[in-house]
Amino acid sequence: MNQLTAQAPGGVPHLTHWQGVWRWLLLAFALVLSLGVAQVVHAQADPDREMSTGAPGIDADQWRQVRSGETGDNYRTSRYESDYNLINSSGETWRQWRNRWVSPFGLIVIGGMIVIITLFYLIVGRKELEGERTGRKLFRWPLFLRALHWSVASLFIVLALTGLNLLFGKFVFRGLFGDAFWGGMISASKFLHNYLGPIFGVLLIVLLVCLIKDNIPKKHDLEWFKKGGGMVGKKHVDAGFANGGEKAWYWILATVGVLVVASGFVLDFPNFGQGRDTMQWANIIHAVGALGLTAVSIGHIYIGTLGTEGSLEGMTTGYVDETWAKEHHNLWYEEVKDQSVSEQELVDRRASKGAGDSPATRSS
Amino acid sequence: MAQMKFMCDAERCIECNGCVTACKNANDVEWGIQRRRVVTLNDGESDEMSISVACMHCDDAPCMAVCPTDCFYKTDDGIVLHDKDLCIGCGYCLYACPFGAPQFPQQDAFGERGKMDKCTFCAGGPAETKEEEYEKYGANRIAEGKLPLCAEMCSTKALLAGDAQDVADIFRQRVVHRGHEDGAWSNNPKASADNLAYDAARKG
Ligand code: SF4
Ligand code: SF4
Repeated sequence: MNQLTAQAPGGVPHLTHWQGVWRWLLLAFALVLSLGVAQVVHAQADPDREMSTGAPGIDADQWRQVRSGETGDNYRTSRYESDYNLINSSGETWRQWRNRWVSPFGLIVIGGMIVIITLFYLIVGRKELEGERTGRKLFRWPLFLRALHWSVASLFIVLALTGLNLLFGKFVFRGLFGDAFWGGMISASKFLHNYLGPIFGVLLIVLLVCLIKDNIPKKHDLEWFKKGGGMVGKKHVDAGFANGGEKAWYWILATVGVLVVASGFVLDFPNFGQGRDTMQWANIIHAVGALGLTAVSIGHIYIGTLGTEGSLEGMTTGYVDETWAKEHHNLWYEEVKDQSVSEQELVDRRASKGAGDSPATRSS
Repeated sequence: MAQMKFMCDAERCIECNGCVTACKNANDVEWGIQRRRVVTLNDGESDEMSISVACMHCDDAPCMAVCPTDCFYKTDDGIVLHDKDLCIGCGYCLYACPFGAPQFPQQDAFGERGKMDKCTFCAGGPAETKEEEYEKYGANRIAEGKLPLCAEMCSTKALLAGDAQDVADIFRQRVVHRGHEDGAWSNNPKASADNLAYDAARKG
């Protein structure tokens, strides 16, 4: 190029001014002509030729890949710190699972439980003690376990209510109280749920560890279930420190409960790089497990309070009446009956050193 | 009433990320948030293809269906907007969204999510004043009779925004002009079943 421009002054001089102009005109004419020809060719573009010469498009296999959510080696997305695929197709699956199955069936299970228990209470009624109270008490729950139980229990109730609000609240409270109230209510729900959840998880594990030795399944527990916990045949059934039903509740918490806690952690701390797919699964497990636990817990709450005379005092004062122990936990009673104390002794004991004394020995 | 839609012509997109930048600029979105992204398939291969993605303002929007606070709503123009005052940052909309549109500024401890942010089709969002609206949701160009800036400034006009009918007409014209049977989405057997491409093949 440099050479050409350098030579030009030497080659051009003998051309006259007019010759130069003609040359330019000729060039322009040729250009216009060639454009016209090109236009004609373009108008006759033939699809087959275009197909064969054009860059190949995305084929069916690649669209299948996009739909399946896979991202190959040569997949790029321009968003900062993101590896999202083009189509998150499991999102719709998750939506259907959650909205079509988990929500309505959760409502049916919990509502059903409330109805069954109400009917049971109205028809069968409270299970009273059959014998007279002896007035002598057996120590059942030390202060530490009672404190732990009530902490876990209150956290459970808060988590259940806030969780239900996250799933169903929008159908009720938004219309009822308006946006301003609903906004505060739902953000409080999420806040409580996310911050109390981990505390519940840790305390639940501690409680499970403390109680495991009382909840090892035994042969008489099977018998307990066959007789419906004594409801069938009106005959007393054998039970140690924990009866078959209590053990079942323990093991539900030790399995489903732990699963709910674990999936809750996955959802609560999105800063460990877990993807949307993982969180979709965690959410389904969390919701199904938690709705199930809530339903069963209603049964536990009923039996522990309204449903059975003499049960609640064990968890509030730590002591139960001899008669209650004999009727509900006969095997345990046989072991510890010589450790009973009168109410007067109890009052004296409390006055002298508080209630944190050691419990009667137990066996499951 | 108009039904607003985005459409990205993958045969035209050159992955310049101009739309991404335009959006950031128009809406002044938070640090770390990028409402639009460009996805490239088979990068560097002969069948490389790019497509610009943001919220597609779905008809039956999954985000809307799963949000626990029910904070989404559809405008008369078919634009899916949400109320940041109600949003609790639970992330459900992100789990459900087909296009990965919802994003969260991570501003709190333990990765707790902030208020969700996503493309508004440049239609702002619910707020008392214009300033508040801009602060929370970005520009409201729709109110000024303008279309989203990303599509307005797309250099190849790959990204189209507007009433679904108009967008479809423009695209149909292009497909006709391209002339071959699957001018919409090359080599996609589904494309021939798709009305748009099928009609075009007839006419072309
Ligand atoms: S956020 Fe996602 S699901 Fe919601 S309208 Fe936009 S693209 Fe659809
Ligand atoms: S993050 Fe906000 S907008 Fe998304 S589902 Fe949760 S509350 Fe709704």
